[in-house]
Amino acid sequence: MSDFSDLYQDLILDHQKNPRNFGEMPEANHHADGYNPLCGDKLTLYLKLDDQGTIQDIHFKGSGCAISKASASMMTVALKGKKTVEAEKMFHEFHDMVMGKIDKAPEDLGKLKVFEGVKEYPARVKCASLAWHTMEAALHNEKDVVSTDDGKGSEA
Amino acid sequence: MPTSHTVAHYESQTFDVQKFRKDFPIMNQQVHGKPLVYLDNAATTQKPLSVIETENRYYREYNANIHRGVHLLSQQATKAYEDARVKVQKFLNASQPSEIIYTRGATEGINLVAQTWGRKNVQAGDEILISAMEHHSNIVPWQMLCEEKGAKLQVIPINDAGELLMDEFKKLVTAKTKLVAVTHVSNALGTINPVVEIIQYAHSKGVLVLIDGAQSVPHVKVDVQVLDCDFYVFSGHKIYAPTGIGVLYGKLKHLETMPPYQGGGDMIASVTFHKTIYAKPPHKFEAGTPHIAGVIGMGAALDYVSAIGLDRIAAHEHELLVYGTKVLSQFKEVRFIGTASEKAGVISFTLGEIHPHDIGTILDKQGVAIRAGHHCAQPVMERFDIPATARASFGLYNVKEEIDVLAQAIQKTLEVFA
Repeated sequence: MSDFSDLYQDLILDHQKNPRNFGEMPEANHHADGYNPLCGDKLTLYLKLDDQGTIQDIHFKGSGCAISKASASMMTVALKGKKTVEAEKMFHEFHDMVMGKIDKAPEDLGKLKVFEGVKEYPARVKCASLAWHTMEAALHNEKDVVSTDDGKGSEA
Repeated sequence: MPTSHTVAHYESQTFDVQKFRKDFPIMNQQVHGKPLVYLDNAATTQKPLSVIETENRYYREYNANIHRGVHLLSQQATKAYEDARVKVQKFLNASQPSEIIYTRGATEGINLVAQTWGRKNVQAGDEILISAMEHHSNIVPWQMLCEEKGAKLQVIPINDAGELLMDEFKKLVTAKTKLVAVTHVSNALGTINPVVEIIQYAHSKGVLVLIDGAQSVPHVKVDVQVLDCDFYVFSGHKIYAPTGIGVLYGKLKHLETMPPYQGGGDMIASVTFHKTIYAKPPHKFEAGTPHIAGVIGMGAALDYVSAIGLDRIAAHEHELLVYGTKVLSQFKEVRFIGTASEKAGVISFTLGEIHPHDIGTILDKQGVAIRAGHHCAQPVMERFDIPATARASFGLYNVKEEIDVLAQAIQKTLEVFA
């Protein structure tokens, strides 16, 4: 088990088994679809933003691998109640962390730092970041499906 | 006459897999601190030393362009390039070398037929018939052609075991059908299709047949004259040859009437600004300086495989398939995707609710290389209502002990997600 504990940590496995904020959200005023052609991960992200740009509620639904599902679940927990500018900042920090662009995971990512191990698994970076790319697209109400393989969400 | 039992016994006695393994330098290494167990042969095979050294020798000793130089190196390179064509011809038992066109791989071979034969012969209202188990490379080129011409793509359905529904196939061959394009062996399911029956039936209705042999040539003995197919394509890298080289076989009568694929050097008889006279097949379809090293390397790979014998390789891989299926059956979480009665050495499976990508990562950490994903066959995944599968696929150098390692790694995967 120690071989995989850097990636498949208990927190990740817990969110994979019991995803939080899972399911459709009829009251959403922003949403976007994400797709990872490599493993077939699909997810829809729902946001309810108020006039001050605060994320009042956030949900996701979809299917995918453990990493993509846990990442989406933990992202929704982390972003609820945050301002959109904070969400954007965390997106970039998370992205840089899983890409291995920074040596130390930023403290304000909190529990999301559990995904730092993903940087050792280049083939899995897209799984971890799909939810975040989709969240960003939802913030901007982009209509096209976010794909991690069309240059838009590309990690290459 | 020996009985079939004694033949099988003889074969398993003389198939010295440990000796063959030593021919593949890449096998002798560790990944993540574990011995490499390479079970991703349907994606690409490893290369024997003879292939690596043949390519190497070309670059070290006689690298030159072909078909045009009067100097010695060019003559040597040209001879090796054309000798390899004869090797391919004999390997497929084509009636003549000019029926062998070099391509970048099976994908380019199919695109070549679609863009030359297809654009000339397919009209609005015509139909191209493929199957539900095709790789994207035998779907998309035909979709592109159909879109351009206003033709229709028809699909032979498959059953739950992953076998073609032959009655449906026969119903789908109509007066509108111009071409049947089916895979010989399914990359995602392992199914060996009854191509002889398909070709005979299509021909009885006057319909041409293209066979995608990417997954079959490394595992099944192919004789294009016995098959009587009109076109046959394969990729070198799946039969222990370098990447970036492959073959299109076409009956000469078709190749002669097909327009060229790409224009350029080496595909012409003469060029003026007024008019170009094209070369005869195969050169008509080989514009530009080709992958000479790859061609020569592919010749060495076919020599290597032929020396062992495809029948013996097939028997060895079948043993691995039977053993692997038995070992994996012991996991109640394993669901086999593709259970055809005629199967090549491919085991595609799912493991409970665990996503194949997670399986692939955990297996990789155990040194086991498999493929996880949709295998460029998304319609197959849709047919079985799954996003992806994990796939172990065997080559001539695999051993039963490696399947035991695979089983241990699957056990670990189940423990992580328990």
